[in-house]
Amino acid sequence: MSPLVAGLLQVGILITALAVVYRPFGDYMARVFRSEKHSKLELAIYRFGRIDPNSEQKWSTYAYGVLGFSFVGIVLLYVLQRIQSVLPFNFERGNVPEGMAFNTAISFVTNTNWQSYVPEAVMGHTVQMVGLTVQNFVSAAVGLAVAVALIRGFVRHQTDRLGNFWVDLVRGTIRILLPIAFVAAIVLIALGVTMSIKSGVDVDGQAIANAPVASQEAIKELGTNGGGVLNANSAHPFENPNEWSNLFEIFLLLAIPVALTRTFGQLVGEKKQGYVLLSVMGGLWAAMLAVIWGAEASGLRPLEGKELRFDVAGSAIFANSTTGTSTGAVNSLHDSYTGLGGGGALLNMLFGEMTPGGVGTGIYSILVMAIIAMFLAGLMVGRTPEYLGKKLGRKEVTAAAVSILAMPTVLLIGAGIAAILPSTQGALNNSGSHGLSEILYAYASASNNNGSAFAGITVTNDWFQSSLGLCMLFGRFLPIIAVLALAGSLAAQKKVPVTAGTLPTTGPLFASLLTGAIVLVAALTFVPALALGPIAEALL
Amino acid sequence: MENFFKQAWAGLRILLVLTVVCGVLYPMAVWGVSRIPGLHGNAEATDTTLVAVVREGDQYFVPRPSAATLPASGGSNKGELNEDYTKVIAERRTEIAQREGVAEDQVPQDAVTASASGLDPDISQEYAELQVPRVARASGLSVEKVRELVSAGTGGTFTTTVNVTALNRAIDAAR
Repeated sequence: MSPLVAGLLQVGILITALAVVYRPFGDYMARVFRSEKHSKLELAIYRFGRIDPNSEQKWSTYAYGVLGFSFVGIVLLYVLQRIQSVLPFNFERGNVPEGMAFNTAISFVTNTNWQSYVPEAVMGHTVQMVGLTVQNFVSAAVGLAVAVALIRGFVRHQTDRLGNFWVDLVRGTIRILLPIAFVAAIVLIALGVTMSIKSGVDVDGQAIANAPVASQEAIKELGTNGGGVLNANSAHPFENPNEWSNLFEIFLLLAIPVALTRTFGQLVGEKKQGYVLLSVMGGLWAAMLAVIWGAEASGLRPLEGKELRFDVAGSAIFANSTTGTSTGAVNSLHDSYTGLGGGGALLNMLFGEMTPGGVGTGIYSILVMAIIAMFLAGLMVGRTPEYLGKKLGRKEVTAAAVSILAMPTVLLIGAGIAAILPSTQGALNNSGSHGLSEILYAYASASNNNGSAFAGITVTNDWFQSSLGLCMLFGRFLPIIAVLALAGSLAAQKKVPVTAGTLPTTGPLFASLLTGAIVLVAALTFVPALALGPIAEALL
Repeated sequence: MENFFKQAWAGLRILLVLTVVCGVLYPMAVWGVSRIPGLHGNAEATDTTLVAVVREGDQYFVPRPSAATLPASGGSNKGELNEDYTKVIAERRTEIAQREGVAEDQVPQDAVTASASGLDPDISQEYAELQVPRVARASGLSVEKVRELVSAGTGGTFTTTVNVTALNRAIDAAR
């Protein structure tokens, strides 16, 4: 089989598998968030949390719920790492240092899963399971909840209630993520992924670190988290042993973001509204795959930083999907990619993680971008824009703009300062334009809550630990607050009747408009920085 | 602020329950399933052929270069235009050509580039074939026998590769 045919075959299998689950899974998620009934387990959880699951919240209370829950998540995860030396299964990996624990706690709570630590040397099994795995679940569920709240903003009229954050959070975890992750973990085990509670295993006289990989691997991909159980992440044979586990992991990380477009269509009562978003996401995903795959296949040393069993195609499909969703798991080292290939992975993040984006974050980000696109279209024809039966006035457009601009702001400030700090020179693994790409990639990854890296950069000094930590924090929560405020003001509105002047948002015109908005916003914001990094490298 | 602390307090209680469910019960259940005989030959990875390590001696096949500093798995993270690294690759090529007694342009890509994990168990068929004469000579096995073992260790659906770890154990067994 030629590499091209083999690659296309893998893409074909992946798309077929996604198409098969698209409707049933998307519809299931819609039912989960529309259902009036609570399960017994859920009721027990609400009782323990002293929550009334039948009360609904205003947008501000919903936002306080997100922030409060994430805050205690960061504190708990920080404490767990700082007391690791007294926890079981630590294998003499002591307390995680302050800066690293701070960075890691934020990283996993914000669904970034950026890793400044080497798991084999730093994290014991208890912190991995009781700390990191839990945030793999709940940070994804928070993203889902915010997405559902925004969709309710479109669906509901003249109300100040957006639903109950705790109910959305618990349902997302218990009804969606947990059962699928459990089945996926078993499939991964059957495909050869390890699940060991020992510290490692002796292979022909060499000690190789091992971990309870399968349970975390499943939710790491499904929740678009991406933090490796082992340092090499999904390139490690224990995490990703063969071509089929590779395809399955790519499938897992795309499944929820893709199917959520169907959920969205169901919830707004017009499935075409979801299909058009899927077409935009899919179009950009495919275009970027062609760029990355093509660039890697024609590189000078295409196998550097890649595993032979995945070859170029299996690596490129993974790289494109992990950066197009906010996963950030890697099965090859993006730092060793060509200027264009690595630049493509970077650009995927700079689109703002919506092609198709992370769990929940993808759909709410593209909806915000749709508002920007409709606003631009409204300016062109001199008419107040509408979307899904809601007027997009000053409040709505302001909230959308804040949500979109938060990421570039913290990214460029962080990367700009890092680039001029003398200490940064010593942290880079490559010089010249590729060195700048390493810095840009790090801040893009943190600010977009992706978590992948040009991993040659050493990010363990105090500046990187704290600045990247803050980028993750602002990159996550500023958009979330803006999105929930947006949801609140949309829900308060009356429904605007469709007239002859309403721009239809289900056809190719809207799809082009939205694609154009995504590409233009990224281009206008980032071309100067990209020109000095990956573009310069690609032209050298 | 009062609302924030009220929500954070509820959040702490919810998080503790979810920690028990997702952080204790879930991994324990998956671990339990992984012990079902037949589902997975080797969840503990004893006798694994998933990773390659360098075996000392000319009678063994050499895996791809590793940039990992164990116990940390990982790769070189060197970019394509990194000149220092280009030299490293050229040195590897010379070394391998000398070791196998072939011209430098016969050394395949996978033989000179570091994998992503530093533990890549596989090499290409070209690289395996390149090593056959040396392995045969040093192990005392016939070239045909070594080729036979190589082909037994060859597999893959989309990409054809040779598993070095399995191959080297097969050589031990055959001697």
